[in-house]
Amino acid sequence: MSARESEKRIGEGATSIEDQLPLPPPKVSFGERFAQIFVPAAMLVLLIGIWHFYVTFNDVPHYILPSPLLVAQSLYNDWPVLFRALQVTVEITFSALALALVGSVAVAIIMSQWRLAELAIFPYAVILQVTPIVAIAPLIIIYAPTTHAALLICAFLVAFFPILSNTIQGLRSTDHNLLNLFELYGANRLQTLALLKIPNALPYFLAGLRIAGGLALIAAVVAEFVAGSAGADSGLAFRLLESQYRLLIPRLYAALLLLSLTGVVIFFATSLISHLLLRKWHESAVRREN
Amino acid sequence: MLNPSELSPTSKEFDHKPLVSLRSVSKIFSNGTVALKDMSFDIAQGEFVSLLGPSGCGKTTVLRIIAGLGDTTSGSVEWPDAAPDAAARQRHELGFVFQEPTLMPWATVFSNVWLPLRLNRVSRGAARDRVMDALNMVGLEKVADSYPRQLSGGMKMRVSIARALITRPKLLLMDEPFAALDEITRFKLNDDLLNLWKKFGWTVVFVTHSVFESVYLSKRIVVMAARPGRVVEELEIDAPSPRGEGFRTSAQYNEYCRRTSNALHEAINATAGNQ
Repeated sequence: MSARESEKRIGEGATSIEDQLPLPPPKVSFGERFAQIFVPAAMLVLLIGIWHFYVTFNDVPHYILPSPLLVAQSLYNDWPVLFRALQVTVEITFSALALALVGSVAVAIIMSQWRLAELAIFPYAVILQVTPIVAIAPLIIIYAPTTHAALLICAFLVAFFPILSNTIQGLRSTDHNLLNLFELYGANRLQTLALLKIPNALPYFLAGLRIAGGLALIAAVVAEFVAGSAGADSGLAFRLLESQYRLLIPRLYAALLLLSLTGVVIFFATSLISHLLLRKWHESAVRREN
Repeated sequence: MLNPSELSPTSKEFDHKPLVSLRSVSKIFSNGTVALKDMSFDIAQGEFVSLLGPSGCGKTTVLRIIAGLGDTTSGSVEWPDAAPDAAARQRHELGFVFQEPTLMPWATVFSNVWLPLRLNRVSRGAARDRVMDALNMVGLEKVADSYPRQLSGGMKMRVSIARALITRPKLLLMDEPFAALDEITRFKLNDDLLNLWKKFGWTVVFVTHSVFESVYLSKRIVVMAARPGRVVEELEIDAPSPRGEGFRTSAQYNEYCRRTSNALHEAINATAGNQ
């Protein structure tokens, strides 16, 4: 806020109502928009260029470090295999995330409403979280009916906790005066939950969702490393390992690229959801101008 | 549109029967702090009473107890005219303005003001006229669709006042509502508040630590001392309404301020002597 604007706001008692109208959001200049896209793009071209020339000039064998062209070629040639693997990994990640979202929000609400439920559940949720997933994965693979189910359970367990703990934190950190206000006007528990606690928890929940999105993908990959599935139902992690055994290094890079892209897409999707839900009121979604 | 007789509980400005009376109310918190000890005072219909005292003297606790937001340890709060269902009565006839605006940041100004009606299951459409009337009273009808973070501190406080007025309360409880505002805004809101009070004739209990504000606004000032919170003096401010800039600069105002200030110093000394 500029000095003049803040003067305007403070001096509102003396000015007319028109002066008090809220300021429109600050505009992003074209130059800045351009820079936001151009600079990272130029960086990407530069890095690929360096990679390409390093490989070409030093005659690096393709089973050590393939050139970017070879990776692209492999991506094209192996697309049917890689795409099927990508589908499997994406399917596991998003199902796990969806299950974790529904489950953790339900558990968080139950825990916030009944103290007894919180006492009973929370310590075990923490234990489940702090135990490394790689260590439980072999057990899950034994007990789960299919490998696919095992991978789903692993990714679910990892994604569950960040959303749970954040949502609980959000439900608990409701402003005490607002709680008093609701009490004063005779709000029942359901009204307090729906109109006050849940909206208040939304930014916390979304922060948890962003963490969980990344973790779900990691867990899906790690669990597949452990499970070592094969055949038509194998995901990108298995294709990665397979490419390494068979020294198909360009394909390994191609699989890795697809995994990174999946991670990026998840990150942007969760960020976008967060932005859309919070842009009107939450400080995190508002551009700061000094 | 807005019918003043609907808002003002009584046409008589002063009724001899008090609206609410505190009878030797004591409050001891779970950590052993004695917040209030033997508080007794009456609030008459249509009165503007200020509770003035140093911080920690339990002013806010008194308001909360009147509002039914906390139990007394001993003593009682009596509502002579109370309907049988005291809880329901309080809900409809009390307005509370907190020290902070206490708005929901995710809701528009309109939705924030609508809240008390919404909690009583009045739909958005049915509430529209009353919400806009309340916003009109505080001069904010143009920002109904804005979010609280887009408003200045003074405007947020006005929204908070509009929300307290929407249920047409008989009793308005205000907990240092203007303490965080700059002086220009505070004077403006003091005048607005007095005008609304004059127009609708509610009863107001106003907590403040400002001598000048309490003298300017009140018919009566209850001076409190701390540790334990108690009433040490009551002062009548017998100045005619409407009060304005003229009153603020008058000798009479200065004299009242001096007397109130002395009473407050005595209260603070009484506190110090107690420690």
